[in-house]
Amino acid sequence: MLERGLEEKFYVLNLGPQHPSTHGVLRVELQMEGEFIVKADPDIGYGHRGHEHMAENRSYLQFLPNLGRVDYLHALAYNQCYCMAVEKLLELKVPERAEFIRVITCELNRIASHLLWIGAYLLDLGAFTPFLYCFDDRENILDLLDRVTGSRLTYCYYRFGGVPRDVDDDFLAGCKAFARRLRSRYRDYENLVNKNVIFLERTKGIGIISQEQCVKYGLTGPMVRGSGIPYDLRKCEPYSAYPLFDFDIPVGSTGDIYDRYMVRYREMEQSLRIIEQAVDKIPAGPIMAEKVPKRIKPAPGEVYTAVEAARGEFGIYLVSQGDTTPYRLKLRVPSFGNLSILPEIAVDTLVADLVAILGSIDVVVPEIDR
Amino acid sequence: MEKKTGEPLIHLGVLEEALNLARANSLWPMTFGLACCAIEMMAAGAARFDLDRFGAGVFRPSPRQCDLMIVAGTISKKMGPAVVRLYEQMPAPKWVIAMGNCAISGGPFFYPEMYAIVPGADLLIPVDVYVPGCPPRPEGLIEGILLLEEKITGRGRLRKFRNAAE
Ligand code: SF4
Repeated sequence: MLERGLEEKFYVLNLGPQHPSTHGVLRVELQMEGEFIVKADPDIGYGHRGHEHMAENRSYLQFLPNLGRVDYLHALAYNQCYCMAVEKLLELKVPERAEFIRVITCELNRIASHLLWIGAYLLDLGAFTPFLYCFDDRENILDLLDRVTGSRLTYCYYRFGGVPRDVDDDFLAGCKAFARRLRSRYRDYENLVNKNVIFLERTKGIGIISQEQCVKYGLTGPMVRGSGIPYDLRKCEPYSAYPLFDFDIPVGSTGDIYDRYMVRYREMEQSLRIIEQAVDKIPAGPIMAEKVPKRIKPAPGEVYTAVEAARGEFGIYLVSQGDTTPYRLKLRVPSFGNLSILPEIAVDTLVADLVAILGSIDVVVPEIDR
Repeated sequence: MEKKTGEPLIHLGVLEEALNLARANSLWPMTFGLACCAIEMMAAGAARFDLDRFGAGVFRPSPRQCDLMIVAGTISKKMGPAVVRLYEQMPAPKWVIAMGNCAISGGPFFYPEMYAIVPGADLLIPVDVYVPGCPPRPEGLIEGILLLEEKITGRGRLRKFRNAAE
C-alpha cells in the first residue's frame, strides 16, 4: 500500500483490476505528478485460486489438470514440469518417443503463447490488425494440439511416465505444414509490425532493464534474454530431449521493449526448428514407461524441477512424505518474478508508456496469484 | 421474460420490440477477462470465429459503453466487489453471460475447504445465460450469445434449427 499524506501535488491513479491492458485482473496503484509516474505499486491477489492448497488436498493425478490452469497460455510446459517432478520421485524413465512428443507439443504451445502475446500486446499499443493475423495462425496450432490432446487451451496431456495417446502421421505432417505456413507469414509481420513507425517509436528505448537489474530481481525468460543474457533452461540445464536438437537462443542488446519483442518473435523461429528436427527424428517405440504404479505413492523425499516456459523459468518444489497426496507443492512462477521489476522501471515514465512496459513483461495474472 | 434488475424503468410498447431487435443484434460486450476463459473469449472475437457476424464483436473497455458482461473466469473473493461494481456501472438494459464452469459454480476450484473463490457469478449479479465448459469452446460462447438474442427478442436465429431438429 502507498503511504498517505504525501505532498498534495501527487495524486493517486488506479489502473485496474478491470483494465484492458493489464491482461487479466492486475491492479497497479500509481502515484502521479501530472502525467508522470512517481511510484507504481502492483496489487496482486485478484486471481487467487489456491492451487497450492489444492495440491495438498488431492492425489498426485488429481492435481494434474490444475497445472494447465495455472498458466493457461503455456499449459503443456507446466504439465511437463509437474510430470518431471513426480517421475523423479518415482524414478520413472520416460521412453524416448514420449520425450519427443512432449518436445513437439510443448514447442507448438510456446509458439501459440508468443503469437497470442504479440497480438494482445499490439492491441494494447493500439494496433488491431496484427491481433487478427496472430489469432489466425494460432488457431492452426490449436487445431493440431486439439487433435492429440483433446482440448484447445487448458491441456492435460502428459501423464507420469509418458503420454497417454500416440501421435499419428497426420499430426506430424501437420506440424511441417504449419512450419511452412508460419514462415510464409513472417513477411506480413515484418510489414505490419517490425517496420511500423508507431510501434518502433513506442518501444525503442522505453522500459530499459540492465543486466544487473535482471540478476537482482531474478528475472527469467525473454525478460533477461532481451537484456542480453543468454539464459535459457533448455540450454543451461537441459531436460527432456532438448540436448538432441540444434537451436539458438535469441538475445537482445539494449534491454528495451523492442528487444523483448524481438526475442519472442525470433524464438518462434527457433521453436519451429526444434519441431522440424523432432518430427524428422522421432523414434518408434513405446510412449509410456513400464511399471507405472496404479496408485501413485512416492517414497518420502523432495525434488525441484524446472522447465523453460514461454514466460521464463517455471519450477516445482515437491515434498512427499510417502502419502498419496503431496505434503507440500510450491510453484515458482516466472510472471511473479518478472512483475517485481515494474516498480523500478515504471518511475518517471508516462502512463501510456507504463501500459507498454506492463505488456512487455507478459504477465499472466492467475499465474502470479496462483 | 422474467423480471430482472437490468430491465428499463419505462416501457415503450411496440417501439420496445423494435428497440429490442436492435439491442439484440448489436450487443456490446465488455473487455473483462478474469482467467483462462478470457482467452477463449478473445479467440471468439478474433479471426476464425468472428463474433462480429452476430453484431457482438465490439469489445468495449469501459463498462459505461457496454450492455453485455461476459464473466469469463474464476471470481476470487478479492475480485467479487469489483465485479459487482462493474455491473452496477453498466447502463440498463444490461445482460450477463456466465462463461465457464468457474463463473457458473466455482468449477474445478470448488470443494469444501476452498477459501479463495466465489462459487458462481449468480451469487453476486443476475445471470441470463450460462455457458458450461472448462473452458467453453468459442462456438459455445457464440451459442450463448445467440440464446441471449432469443431471450431479448423472443425470437432467434437458433429457434429455426431447433424446431427443425425436433
Ligand atoms: S472454467 Fe476452467 S477454463 Fe474457465 S476460468 Fe475456470 S478453470 Fe479456467
